[in-house]
Amino acid sequence: MKAGIVTYGGYIPRYRIHPKDIGAVWGSDGEAMGRALGIRAKSVPGPDEDVITISVEAARAAMAKVDIDPTDVGAIYVGSESHPYAVKPTATVVAEAIGAAPVMTAADFEFACKAGTAAIQTCMGLTLSKMWRYGMAIGSDTSQGAPGDALEYSASAGGAAMVIGTESVVAEIPHTVSYTTDTPDFWRREGQRYPSHGGRFTGEPAYFKHVLSCAQLLFKRAGSKAEDYDYAVFHQPNGKFPVRAGKQLGFKDAQLDAGLLVRDIGNTYSGAILLGLCAILDEADPGDRIFAVGYGSGAGSDGFDLLVTDAIKRLRRDGRSIADMVKDARSVDYATYAKYRGKILLREAPA
Amino acid sequence: MRDVAIIGVGETEFGELWDRSFRDLGIEAGLKAIQDAKVTAEEIDAVYVGNMSAGKFIDQEHVSALVADYAGLADMHLPAVRVEGGGACGAVALLQARMAIASGRHDIVVVGGAEKMTDVGDVQAAEILAGTADQEWESVFGATFAGLFAMMARRHMHEYGTTREQLAAVAVKNHRHGALNPNAQFRREITLETVLQAPMVAEPLGLFDCAPLSDGAAAVVLCAMEKARRYTDTPIRIAGSGQASDFLALHDRRDLTTMDATIAARTRALKEAKVEPRDIQVAEVHDNFTITEILAIEDLGFVEKGKGGPATVEGLTALNGKISVNTSGGLKARGQPVGATGVAQAVEIVQQLRGEAGKRQVAGATRGLTHTLGGTGATAVVHVYQRGD
Repeated sequence: MKAGIVTYGGYIPRYRIHPKDIGAVWGSDGEAMGRALGIRAKSVPGPDEDVITISVEAARAAMAKVDIDPTDVGAIYVGSESHPYAVKPTATVVAEAIGAAPVMTAADFEFACKAGTAAIQTCMGLTLSKMWRYGMAIGSDTSQGAPGDALEYSASAGGAAMVIGTESVVAEIPHTVSYTTDTPDFWRREGQRYPSHGGRFTGEPAYFKHVLSCAQLLFKRAGSKAEDYDYAVFHQPNGKFPVRAGKQLGFKDAQLDAGLLVRDIGNTYSGAILLGLCAILDEADPGDRIFAVGYGSGAGSDGFDLLVTDAIKRLRRDGRSIADMVKDARSVDYATYAKYRGKILLREAPA
Repeated sequence: MRDVAIIGVGETEFGELWDRSFRDLGIEAGLKAIQDAKVTAEEIDAVYVGNMSAGKFIDQEHVSALVADYAGLADMHLPAVRVEGGGACGAVALLQARMAIASGRHDIVVVGGAEKMTDVGDVQAAEILAGTADQEWESVFGATFAGLFAMMARRHMHEYGTTREQLAAVAVKNHRHGALNPNAQFRREITLETVLQAPMVAEPLGLFDCAPLSDGAAAVVLCAMEKARRYTDTPIRIAGSGQASDFLALHDRRDLTTMDATIAARTRALKEAKVEPRDIQVAEVHDNFTITEILAIEDLGFVEKGKGGPATVEGLTALNGKISVNTSGGLKARGQPVGATGVAQAVEIVQQLRGEAGKRQVAGATRGLTHTLGGTGATAVVHVYQRGD
């Protein structure tokens, strides 16, 4: 018996801001910054969107592809670093919205950008142990970049939901491994509005060390090598890191392109690798193998070896695809972006 | 006063060395120098350490005792002295150690310089560096080092017609030299275009006009000349030293485009060494920004005032040019772990005069010079080195 993905769904907000427009406000060469990061645009959540609404959209998109009874979803875990509430779960709202409540469990996860993959592994354990029939893992963020900071060029919004189980699996997960150390490359303390980061330290000793180490472990565990896979997807904080990591591991552009969304939507943090995986599953055929390694600052990587099954043909994949959402873009200027992101201090309502 | 020679040198790689601590770096450089000098722990009389701001960069004060301890010298109970003088601290430590031997007080002294700068973020590091300018009259108003040196560059452009291309030529040259130095932080050549197109830091200084933040350490072993030949066949004599100070704040200085402290230090050092600028074949000069090297080669008397830019473009200061300047890559390409700078410059000159500089060897070098600045030029130190034979 193997656990795997039963269905999946993603959501990307429609608004986009371009590096040029961010740079113009801060006196920087935004286009050069965009080129350096490999980012053409980043998604911006609308004024009434947050991690709860994005998670609900993704969860609904996942459930719309299948006919499973939502009350069979016994657990919902939402991984994010931008939960709207510090205390009060996002996952309960998702549970109510899809009709999974009340005989179920729910919780919010946090591990920088890899809380969503941690939720997948948790759901694999719960369903393999027969504790629940299905579990839903969500990775979703409206990530924060301080105005003027380098992060502002990439920090975007989006999320994806994966229903995990052992029946009607469209992509088996025969192997999963994790690689975790205490490496403080990026953090946000309680009460702080924007995260801090260690500049270039977020590269070699953080992202690359964990992603590459995890990937090597996964190759070893699966007894596989790069050319065995049809697709590969990595956490994508910018357009450069995942490509460099992929190439170092022996993957080619043809394997990497389908899951590389960051160039057009920016870094959706907890949503990033799951959205990449959704985009791949949108086009995958039975028998395809997928190699996926996420990354979360702090730091750790979760790796998944996936095998697409015949069941994917029975999935209703005719709705809005991830590619449709990437294309469905409306540009906003910095002022609108600042308003939507709540960066403008509004008059308080009279007491 | 006794003659003093350098009998051993050591340095670490410079760069963003995230897996190396301050003490790691200090030990590596120190042990390399001690091994190079072939002295035993019992023969060492004192330790001098140049360090700008370990207290702020890594929350560690009292690094003199730390370095002696981690060099394995704790139970020798040696005097260990930490010297602070902004960016010139390593060069000041070298001068103090030289005087301690010259006076007859000590025979063998280890001089180290080290800084661990990348444990803090860029913004914090810039603030710490700005602490060597005038806190009450400059830094508090937001002046950064790049801003202050940019003003000097602007004025130099105005007075002498220096161009951005001429400034950029300094960076191109020093990266070319750095590419030949296995311990340099930046070991890739860059083009003039790269420098000119880089994002602006403080006009007219772009990203590639600025030296990086670095981790690194360097050390030398000094010995009374009369005993030096017991340890080495190629003692490098410190033939002259000069140190000078100036107004702390840039706006109080006589001239924005001349560093009077450099001139005073140079005059003292050359007088003691009984040489002229033209007698020097190789020099390591302070180039925390490209403009700084142009000011340095002028104020050291290598080129006429105002002609530093054209001289650089013409290649007079390139490897095996009229005078080879910053063969190590300088602060610009080798890296700028502040406390290590003055000592690392001495290491480079010693290697050059010994003929051990490999691909960046200056042909027939017998006399070298180091020039190190603190702050925006409120401290300047010049040492002149000569082969002992």
